[in-house]
Amino acid sequence: MRSSQQQALFRPRRSQQWREGAIRALLALCAAVSVVTTVAIVVVLLWESALFFREVSPWEFLTGTRWAPKFQPQSFGVLPLVCGTLLVVVGSALVALPAGLITGIYLSEYARPRTRAVLKPILEILAGIPTVVYGYFALYFITPGLMAVFPGTERFNAASAAIAVGVMILPMVASICDDAFQAVPDSLRQGAYALGARRRQVVLRVVLPAALSGVIASYVLALSRAVGETMIVTLAAGANPQLTLNPLEAIQTMTAYIVQVSLGDTPAGTVEYHTLYAVGLLLFLITFSLNVVAQRILRRFREEYE
Amino acid sequence: MNQSPPVEKDAPAVPVLQVQELTIRYGDKVAVDRVSLDIPETKITAIIGPSGCGKSTLLRALNRMNDYIEGLTMQGRVLYRGVDLYAKDVDPVQVRRRIGMVFQKPNPFPKSIYKNIAWGLAINGIRDGVPQRVERALQQAALWDEVKDRLHDSALALSGGQQQRLCIARALALEPEVLLMDEPCSALDPISTARIEDLLFQLRDTYTIVIVTHNMQQAARVSDYTAFLDGGHLVEFGPTEQVFTRPKEKRTEDYVTGRFG
Amino acid sequence: MSPPNGPHANAPDRPSSQRRRDALPRLLRRRGDGQLWRERLFHLFCAAVAWSGLVILVVLLFHVTRVGWPVLSWKFLTSPPSRFPHRAGIYPALMGTLWLIGLTTLFTVPVGVGAAIYLEEFATPSRWNRFIELNIANLAGVPSIIYGVLGLGVFVRWMHLGRSVLAGALTMSLLILPVVIIAAREAIRAVPDSIRQGAFALGATRWQAVRDHVLPSALPGILTGIILSIARAIGETAPLITIGALTYVVFVPESPLDRFTVLPIQIYNWASDSRRPFHDLAGAAIVVLLAVLLTVNAVAVWIRHRFEKYRMR
Repeated sequence: MRSSQQQALFRPRRSQQWREGAIRALLALCAAVSVVTTVAIVVVLLWESALFFREVSPWEFLTGTRWAPKFQPQSFGVLPLVCGTLLVVVGSALVALPAGLITGIYLSEYARPRTRAVLKPILEILAGIPTVVYGYFALYFITPGLMAVFPGTERFNAASAAIAVGVMILPMVASICDDAFQAVPDSLRQGAYALGARRRQVVLRVVLPAALSGVIASYVLALSRAVGETMIVTLAAGANPQLTLNPLEAIQTMTAYIVQVSLGDTPAGTVEYHTLYAVGLLLFLITFSLNVVAQRILRRFREEYE
Repeated sequence: MNQSPPVEKDAPAVPVLQVQELTIRYGDKVAVDRVSLDIPETKITAIIGPSGCGKSTLLRALNRMNDYIEGLTMQGRVLYRGVDLYAKDVDPVQVRRRIGMVFQKPNPFPKSIYKNIAWGLAINGIRDGVPQRVERALQQAALWDEVKDRLHDSALALSGGQQQRLCIARALALEPEVLLMDEPCSALDPISTARIEDLLFQLRDTYTIVIVTHNMQQAARVSDYTAFLDGGHLVEFGPTEQVFTRPKEKRTEDYVTGRFG
Repeated sequence: MSPPNGPHANAPDRPSSQRRRDALPRLLRRRGDGQLWRERLFHLFCAAVAWSGLVILVVLLFHVTRVGWPVLSWKFLTSPPSRFPHRAGIYPALMGTLWLIGLTTLFTVPVGVGAAIYLEEFATPSRWNRFIELNIANLAGVPSIIYGVLGLGVFVRWMHLGRSVLAGALTMSLLILPVVIIAAREAIRAVPDSIRQGAFALGATRWQAVRDHVLPSALPGILTGIILSIARAIGETAPLITIGALTYVVFVPESPLDRFTVLPIQIYNWASDSRRPFHDLAGAAIVVLLAVLLTVNAVAVWIRHRFEKYRMR
């Protein structure tokens, strides 16, 4: 056979290459949807917030201590909403972070395979319960309980919502902690046992320090989830933006405010309406930075053990 | 079987594949170092050497299976009947249709025995006489009698040796000119290995076969030519008998007599 | 250790070999300094905390069922909501959920699986592709209400879709897309590379190998991921409220451009009502919602088990 004929044999089939390229491009387009989503989120938030910040200075927005867009005189200080969010986040962290860590320790270091096989699905179910159900539970089960224990408790209060949010984020903390512990090489444990350490000592002094960055990442992610949680706080925490540190009073979080505006008949185009986007932007920035931090920690943790 | 041993001065007849000054790197690590090699037509060429010597990498370069490995760079040329396989207008997909490959671990598709073979035909646009071609391929691979009554059962139900012969049948169905085999028996028991070796003898007149093996007895048994690779270098290449009985290089002698590796 | 029982104690009437045998266990005997108690206590404490998740779950289910069960009836499932609690039902919400989930699945599955295939099979490790990956991970962490704000801005107002099922489904699709992509990628990654190699060696193109071998092998995993994401979409409330789906809807949508309501929104509606009988309605609707979710999850688990045996090596 002549060389040129041979060369023709290996020449790409045009139709096939064209089809392959077209499919590749189509699939790449699918992947690009995610980037478009991010861009759209940023553009919408920035654009509509700009309309808000034309009328209210960012300084006033970020440092004002009174949030009253619907009353005269209007006031646009976001700090009460931030304070309300913080109250719920701290409260839920008090519930979920220690309990999640301990659950993770139990799952990874103590539970037998069969126990794990039961406990993990239970946690998954807990994580899969819709937030509106948790909100209902907080309002009609946790709050009456709190009222019975602390007589001064208001009908809507931060504590009840915080407990429910804590329960909601607990499975996530437990699952990431469990993964982090499992990633710790067994040789480390064996080494400690060989020195005569007991299991509790191995867990607390060897495994936990080795998995610390994974634990911290789970905490940061959980906080981010708590900041963005909406339905529980909307149902149970109230709609009363105020600067308070008393968890038994009604407050309002950033997310609950966004819901309030979209529920009401606020006319589009007014300043009150644009507050929705300004608060949304702040919420996005907070959760986004928390997520970026958590992912950075997780990546470093994985590199350490892979 | 043609038992007349090739004489030393008898240069490999017609080279189907020519490797010229081939260097392959994974990142900074050199896996194949300036190897030149002519693979003769309708003969079995064995590539031997200690593990990690680059023999699999070299084999995979012959039908561009290395294309998908990240961080791999190549210098030099691989010619198939004078055509540079790495030339710009050569489609790797077309290359693999002429130069088939069988892997270390049997890797049948999780489908029926019949579909395992018919799929290769389908993607190559062959629609005529598919059942006949499947049967012929299975017969060539000496598997037909064992599976003819259960062609539509899952290929995963076969034994390891049968799976490997199915993979050979799958490659043969496309009627390639060259068959590359990457340690095809290393995951198999001695009986299955013997059956595959028998099969190689039957195929040697029709196909050009390149087989990578770490088993020196196997290389001595089945191959016409042997290339000894060490540390990415081609130490020696020649007729199998000469390489095993009268090696030119000290290192080859040490290796084939079991003094290292 | 008291001297008479110690290893060096004199016991002339016993042979020395037996003395040694007695002495050894004593050396290895557990110390009585409280270490062991602390060990047991810590183990018990961890177990108690871990199992408290089950306790919470049981309490929650019990509470909701006790409230909602008496209200549940066939009429409740087939009636529209009403100002009168004894006449109210969840039919439009159930149908609305069905519409929303149907459309969301329609949008999410091709795009999500396509993106996963691209990232796992076609993408080379370039900067742009790393950026896409990072971006998807970040999107998965964006609060759902932000998607609502996005949907309000883009679908409802800019594209003039109004407060329709279509706008809701598009918003929901963007929300669960990252989860679908991540799950599908994992399933695709779990397909052994030897299958791809075998296909390439026969002269298959990338797409032929993916279409005929990788995707079928990854299908159970992909399906499970999709179903779990859909379960999440069924329970989501916040983004739909933000795009304005919270209205008094007594009819079932007939086209994608009709207004709609869904189960979680109906629950929110009743739960935030100040009148007691409506709280019980919310409880009943929650029982229905949880039953739906349980069924969906059971299907996912079933698929996972059903196909596990087919997974290669």
